[in-house]
Amino acid sequence: MAKKPLGPVRRTFSPWEEPSNQPFIEFQSVTKTFGDHIAVDNLSLKIYKREFHALLGGSGCGKTTMMRMLAGFEQPTSGCILLEGEDITRVPPHKRPVNMMFQSYALFPHMSVWDNIAFGLKQEAFSKREISARVAEMLRLVKLEPFARRKPHQLSGGQRQRVALARSLAKRPKVLLLDEPLAALDKKLREETQIELMNLQEELRMTFLIVTHDQEEAMNLADRISVMDAGHILQVATPGEIYEQPSSRYVADFIGDINFFECTVKGMNASVATLDSAELGTTLQVEVGEKPQLGSSVTLAVRPEKLRISFEKPEGENQNILQGEVWDIAYMGDVSIYHIKVSQDHTIRTIVTNTTRLVERPITWEDKVWLAFDYDAGVLLTA
Amino acid sequence: MTQRSSWFNITSLGLGFAFLYLPILILVIYSFNASKLVTVWGGFSTKWYAELWQNQQLLDAAWVTFRIALVSASLAAVLGTVAALVLARFGRFTGRTLFSGMIYAPLVMPEVILGLSLLLLFVAVGQERGFWTIAIAHTSFSMCYVAVVVQARLAGSDRSLEEAAQDLGCPPFKTFFVITLPQILPGILAGWMLAFTLSLDDLVIASFTTGPGATTLPMKIYSQVRLGVTPQINAISTILIGLVTLGVIIASLLAKRQRLAQTKRG
Repeated sequence: MAKKPLGPVRRTFSPWEEPSNQPFIEFQSVTKTFGDHIAVDNLSLKIYKREFHALLGGSGCGKTTMMRMLAGFEQPTSGCILLEGEDITRVPPHKRPVNMMFQSYALFPHMSVWDNIAFGLKQEAFSKREISARVAEMLRLVKLEPFARRKPHQLSGGQRQRVALARSLAKRPKVLLLDEPLAALDKKLREETQIELMNLQEELRMTFLIVTHDQEEAMNLADRISVMDAGHILQVATPGEIYEQPSSRYVADFIGDINFFECTVKGMNASVATLDSAELGTTLQVEVGEKPQLGSSVTLAVRPEKLRISFEKPEGENQNILQGEVWDIAYMGDVSIYHIKVSQDHTIRTIVTNTTRLVERPITWEDKVWLAFDYDAGVLLTA
Repeated sequence: MTQRSSWFNITSLGLGFAFLYLPILILVIYSFNASKLVTVWGGFSTKWYAELWQNQQLLDAAWVTFRIALVSASLAAVLGTVAALVLARFGRFTGRTLFSGMIYAPLVMPEVILGLSLLLLFVAVGQERGFWTIAIAHTSFSMCYVAVVVQARLAGSDRSLEEAAQDLGCPPFKTFFVITLPQILPGILAGWMLAFTLSLDDLVIASFTTGPGATTLPMKIYSQVRLGVTPQINAISTILIGLVTLGVIIASLLAKRQRLAQTKRG
């Protein structure tokens, strides 16, 4: 894997970087099969105390199975799951100190909001006064005090979601599991709730594990993201690393928008590799950490926003320059996405921020333009 | 249903309903006949209903029937619910298809065969026939109706409710009583009503499995009709029809309410 170091990153919370730290949750080579189907394939993962961790992937990638195994609803076919160093693989769900917020919310329809939130507390040896106090605290936390006596079907989707959250937090679990918690909310409410979730996690100092297929949600919420596909974890890293330093083509493609250039490695000069791109009919330069094998086929991946577009040929050192023609423009309001045709069958996407209120863009269809990106803007992918 | 009904639709609907309900309507009308002759209209009267209260034999038979229906419907409700739970909740265990097929078989099994086989069983184990054998026989064929209704309810209910309860620390057995049961209760009640009415009007199976001292109302009516139809029979039949109709209406209302509750939740 050819890796080049990212620029200086200031982190306040990164327990995974300290090898002596004990993981809070640990999956040890866990496999789960359903008949012939392998949902989770020999997978290991360490999650640390107070971490907000996201399992990200498309449907059927095994992320929900991982969460259900941690909650105890599914038994691993092999491997084990540790919580604070203790093996909880065979512990039934009702004896695990983890609580889950369900995608469907799973509110008990025959109970009021108050009873729903109190349900978990009533299963333990809490006094009536303690339960009342705790439920009141939870109602305040999710701002639902006026709705305590309502039944779930008398609430809006957003309110139901908050009841579900309050119910899963009421017992102060060691880990809160969130199964696609915001999928049913509209965009605005989803963004608000994401901020609330982050604040809650910081305030309660709990470990959160979220399952989602929404990459923006994962990027926004999580300290670290595990990108999953077909029962495997492809990369575990911070949102920034996942975006700027994807470990494979799949991860690069799954998170955000990206341009790929198929190349062969032609030469190395200090930390800059020279690549030969047959489809562009030119050579490209990229800064790398580890030296790639000479002559090997690699993929250069460049995010659209790293490309600069101009009428005049750009001046300056250390950048790749391509020429092309504007093929298509997608106007998104805040930005415009330009599709630039650089060869017969290769178009490149680039993003231009619409800094002026001009409706007519200066660069338009069929214009001949120059594209430039720095040597350190691209990522060299071998997988 | 915004389409305007044509004369063809109305006629076919009318003919269909007439075919189904005209005989019953005639029976109900003749139960209010003043004349002693069943086929001659002699004016309106409710005297046959009054006379019913004097007929101790019929009243005894009605009481036996009611008790059998009560016992068998309750047993069927419990057993049918358990069967439905196994089918809906225990995943794909070995023999599941066979088990579900065997639960539903009595729905299509000829009653004569069911009755005969039950009779053979009771004789074989040396069980003296009477009240309890009829009740057991009725339970065995009506529990499949309960199973069908409750299974439909379970299939429509959210599995994650039970998981949520367990996740919050509620043991599985308690979860059934505090979460699952309230969800499927309307289904169980509807199934109970269905089982109750099925038991109320069963003649064939009851005839096979009865013994001395346990004559049900349908059996009594049947034996009296063989000696000639009296207006009293019409009257008791009308009451029976009323009871069964009421039972079915309550069952379907319960089913409808649970459907409404489901859509509200979703």
